[in-house]
Amino acid sequence: MSATLLATVAAGCGGASDEVGGGSDSDSAAANSGVSAVKLSLVAYAVPKVGFDLLIPAFNQTPEGEGVTFSQSYGASGDQSRKVESGLPTDIVNFSVEPDVTRLVKSGQVDEDWNQGEHKGIPFGSVVTIVTRKGNPKGIKTWDDLLKDGVEVVTPNPFSSGSAKWNLLAPYAEKSNGGQDPKAGLDYLSKLIGDHVKVQPKSGREATETFLQGTGDVLLSYENEALFAERNGEDVEHTNPPVTFKIENPVAVLNTSKNKEKAQAFVDFLYTKEGQTKWAEAGFRPVDEAVAQQFASDFPTPEKLWTIDDLGGWGKVNDELFEPETGSVAKIYDEATG
Amino acid sequence: MASLAVPKPPARTRGRSTGGGVGPIGIGVASLWLSLIVLLPLAAVFAKSLEGGPGELWDAISAPSARYALLLTVAISALVALINVVTGTLIAWVLVRDDFRGKALVNAIIDLPFALPTIVASIVLLSLYGPRSPVGIHLYATKPAVILALAFVTLPFVVRSVQPVLMEVDREAEQAAASLGASGWTTFRRIILPALYPALLGGAGLAFARAVGEFGSVVLIGGGIPRDTEVASQYIAKQIETDRPASAAAVSVALLLISFAVLFALRFVTKRKDGR
Repeated sequence: MSATLLATVAAGCGGASDEVGGGSDSDSAAANSGVSAVKLSLVAYAVPKVGFDLLIPAFNQTPEGEGVTFSQSYGASGDQSRKVESGLPTDIVNFSVEPDVTRLVKSGQVDEDWNQGEHKGIPFGSVVTIVTRKGNPKGIKTWDDLLKDGVEVVTPNPFSSGSAKWNLLAPYAEKSNGGQDPKAGLDYLSKLIGDHVKVQPKSGREATETFLQGTGDVLLSYENEALFAERNGEDVEHTNPPVTFKIENPVAVLNTSKNKEKAQAFVDFLYTKEGQTKWAEAGFRPVDEAVAQQFASDFPTPEKLWTIDDLGGWGKVNDELFEPETGSVAKIYDEATG
Repeated sequence: MASLAVPKPPARTRGRSTGGGVGPIGIGVASLWLSLIVLLPLAAVFAKSLEGGPGELWDAISAPSARYALLLTVAISALVALINVVTGTLIAWVLVRDDFRGKALVNAIIDLPFALPTIVASIVLLSLYGPRSPVGIHLYATKPAVILALAFVTLPFVVRSVQPVLMEVDREAEQAAASLGASGWTTFRRIILPALYPALLGGAGLAFARAVGEFGSVVLIGGGIPRDTEVASQYIAKQIETDRPASAAAVSVALLLISFAVLFALRFVTKRKDGR
């Protein structure tokens, strides 16, 4: 109880924590690398802490990562991105959605070619999943089931949370047939947001906590977040709907970083076979084909998996749906919750 | 906002001071300090809220969920102030007039809500009345939970303003009233209450102003459901988190004006009362 609560508090405040990775003491690290100990500041969205908790110690075991320490901050993706934009000292960012990195490209803090690599700046991802109370008492398995009478859905506020954007895109893609019939997609979202969504937690993690506190029948979330809650012994279970959405979580190095090389080394490590395996162990879907094959049984392939590219990419989707004031989803939210 | 929560002793000095002032430097430092920590930030919020013109300011305040949050905040704060007037007077009465073991401890506990970080209050209330309540009372994300949280953090105001006045109430007048056949209730109503009146109003006003701006204690237990349990301070935080700083500033200004109006009205009322 208190542990999960404190997690909420920490996540809620975008709390930072200093964590010294394993490995040798800083003196020998300095002797080995010829420079003083490096401390990298990682600013990330609300849920990948479980992943970084595995990745950072593994990175510290490599010659490149020896003695490197991290200060980590987790919170709502949009919120975190705006903090970095307004000057929070940061070396590496990891957001839920690409527009939160694009914001930093526009402000000149991230190089324009950040997503030109093999995996386009996406070291891991997930899929949108439906989390219910244990035993799924209301029998909710598909997007249509969410609109049944009396079903209350918990999903965060899409103007602070990246998770919320993915959650809404999944049924939108299905109903609009990949964006071809936007009206059908928006009609669905109007019903969902107007009649079934009552609370607006600010991040994916806060939404999970709200759900675990007993609010709502359904939580829309990342598959990895559902796995995390289940592994923690919470009384919930998740169902991947037959048609869902591929979540891609970008990582980028800031060009304002004082330790760009080390930061880049850490980001590169995320894509290595070892790094990818750690992500998979933490419940995130790896992007490396070979590692993905290896964990295929943990991450079932849905019947149909829509991607952001199917909808025309983030630039288009963000302008049309999520732009405050003018986006269609922004209007639906304004109407539903004023 | 925080400036409003600073307790000010309701007692005022009678008669304008003649001599013994701090001189121009003292006055200069005092006004510089006040400007830096209170007036300038307030002016900045006002300026921010008016960035898009008064029309936009009004739109932001009158948006349905903003209006609901403001009305809810005022209604609940008034109710909490009222609860405090009754329970605070009772507690002060017990502390002044009754003797019992552990009185010093109780006296100290009254100030705990002042010293405790309010988020701790929220955690305490959540573990007691949340979904995993050991006593089987589930208040999470309900209005009673918000009332409870606010009653907790505003507890000391009325007690601490009534207590000293009660100590100085003229016991002889009470005895005289009793000897003339007045019942306990009549004595309380006719002799004691008039003496307590300014202190009660002052304490209630501070409790109200504090409750209007309270955030930490409601944030976990209140649930923050728009148009149900979301209070104004939570609404403001949400606007900031969703990148609508102008709307946040507008609602802040509304909140500020409400608190200020209440504090000002109370000063006015109690002053008139004193001047009789």
